[in-house]
Amino acid sequence: MNRINQKLEENKKLLSIYFTAGYPSVNDTVSILKELEKSGVDMVEIGLPFSDPLADGPTIQESSTLALKNGMTTDLLFEQLKDIRESVSIPLIIMGYFNPMMQYGVDKFCQKCAEIGIDGLIIPDLPVDVYHDQFQAIFEKHGLINVFLITPQTSEERIRFIDSISSGFIYMVSSASTTGAKNTFGEDQSSYFEKIAAMNLKNPQIVGFGISNAETFNQATKKAKGAIIGSAFIKYISANPPEKISDFVEGIRS
Amino acid sequence: MKTYHADEKGYYGKFGGAYIPEMLYPNVEELRQRYLTIMNEASFKDEFDQLLRDYVGRPSPLYYAKRLSEKYNSRIYLKREDLNHTGAHKVNNTIGQILMAKRLGKKRIIAETGAGQHGVATATVCALAGIECIVYMGEIDIKRQAPNVARMKMLGAKVVPATSGSKTLKDATNEAIRDWINNPIDTHYIIGSVVGPHPYPDMVARFQSVISEEIKWQLKEKEGKEDPDYVIACVGGGSNAAGAFYHFLDNEKVGLIAVEAAGKGIHSGESAATSVLGNDGIIHGSRTLLMQTEDGQITEPYSISAGLDYPGVGPLHAHLYESKRAEFISITDDEAMTSGLELCQLEGIIPAIESSHALAALQQKEFGADDIVVINLSGRGDKDLNTYIDYFKL
Ligand SMILES: Cc1ncc(COP(=O)(O)O)c(C=O)c1O
Repeated sequence: MNRINQKLEENKKLLSIYFTAGYPSVNDTVSILKELEKSGVDMVEIGLPFSDPLADGPTIQESSTLALKNGMTTDLLFEQLKDIRESVSIPLIIMGYFNPMMQYGVDKFCQKCAEIGIDGLIIPDLPVDVYHDQFQAIFEKHGLINVFLITPQTSEERIRFIDSISSGFIYMVSSASTTGAKNTFGEDQSSYFEKIAAMNLKNPQIVGFGISNAETFNQATKKAKGAIIGSAFIKYISANPPEKISDFVEGIRS
Repeated sequence: MKTYHADEKGYYGKFGGAYIPEMLYPNVEELRQRYLTIMNEASFKDEFDQLLRDYVGRPSPLYYAKRLSEKYNSRIYLKREDLNHTGAHKVNNTIGQILMAKRLGKKRIIAETGAGQHGVATATVCALAGIECIVYMGEIDIKRQAPNVARMKMLGAKVVPATSGSKTLKDATNEAIRDWINNPIDTHYIIGSVVGPHPYPDMVARFQSVISEEIKWQLKEKEGKEDPDYVIACVGGGSNAAGAFYHFLDNEKVGLIAVEAAGKGIHSGESAATSVLGNDGIIHGSRTLLMQTEDGQITEPYSISAGLDYPGVGPLHAHLYESKRAEFISITDDEAMTSGLELCQLEGIIPAIESSHALAALQQKEFGADDIVVINLSGRGDKDLNTYIDYFKL
């Protein structure tokens, strides 16, 4: 069974962390992953940096620009992750934009992920219908789970369609926005979280965008299975060495 | 019959489509579902035609350029988009899109701009419609194009610097898209060329198609036949070319020549000749040809003309290139500047540097003495005066 599905069966709220590979320094990838696992994080999204990340706010944009400047490439990321399953066992997802994957070759990219032990992909600009028509068979051949996003504006009909195509979890974008840390969630988010919970989808939901601290993590996971922290974590590792990651994680879990 | 127009999902061959994050889906889908219906409403057509006539000053003349024709020994016509209000073809699209936005009930307009021509054209129609206007412009371009920034401000638009990435047009486009993600209900994004996710390339091409619609009847009056032998237009994103080619696309007897900016030379590392230097990929929600590294990172183009300084072309043009329906040529900065000055001296018209690239096709291609060649003069040179001054040390 895919590690993501196994993890989703655990009886707890899941904490997932996003970071941009190649940031702050180009060779931090493996040490960050090890520290995240040691700190009790449930799942990680490894960001493959892109020059034009149009769904991202300033924090992830900057980390991507710097990661590319540092020399991060698709090949280098795969090289860094080559032996990752000897030391890290939590589910690993690669999150990135479609163009770099397309240039690498979608089939080759998926094959490489499978070899390394990557469990899934999140590709914000690969829409569900294009995936369904052209790429689903390739992803499935390599045993990869593709994760789709929904937003407060996604229609119920489309959510049901996305649910029917998904085989891991649904990435629930907390509000109509690009990525970036917020400090609180309001009424709108609560009612959206409740509305989605009431739909009884086949796939569990994990909330992302705007989760930055224990309070937003708890709000987001009141109904949902878990939450993803990206920008707030990137800000943290900009100022703290990998050894201090456990402090950040404890702060969220408190 | 073979067609070069978009199919229902917005594909031109393998190019086009809508590769957008889910956050944009509701807005883009709303537009996709409604654009054709709205454009076909009689009241929409009436209002669009009336504004193009009374406000923009259409039809733009089709001018027989006698001295240019003598020099190049051919029958050369200039389609005078430079005489439009705001000085370029861009306004044809912004008039159409502001009427579209009103019918969609939108209260806020966003746009991207490079040189500022599309920004000015958008600010203009927003003033006309009394709608809030926010224009994203790369920080570097804001410095390079100060007069257009001032124009946009006078017209009531807010100009927001794009400070991410390379701080030019592609980043301004990213910022506009991010704004749309953050404002999914009341905002319409007026894209400035035949780029972006479906339905934009098709919608913008339709708004610009008035150019070739007029060429047809104007040529009929002047030459007794509707179809020229060649149509030549410059390609940044490709909207003026799309408009000038539109009604000739499926008539293969009409030769289409798309002119890209070679910058300092195709292989100089400072160029914007996408068809030569680019390959298949995704940019701003569309599958098309774009300039990128082997690793799929989008690279920064260069041209002396800010309007041609885009690392991609619209999916229609990618398809015209791959199918060989259009011939693509590249013109260097120097060739364009020479042709721009030549037009001043032979015909008394100061062209935009973008349009000078189209004119420079005359230096590279030979046409027959009886060939009717229409060159789309996409804009006037006022905005480029400083560049001309620096270049020719005037
Ligand atoms: C006068 C003029 N021509 C051409 C262009 C290039 O755009 P497109 O290729 O969409 O026609 C621009 C863009 O700013 C322009 O101002």
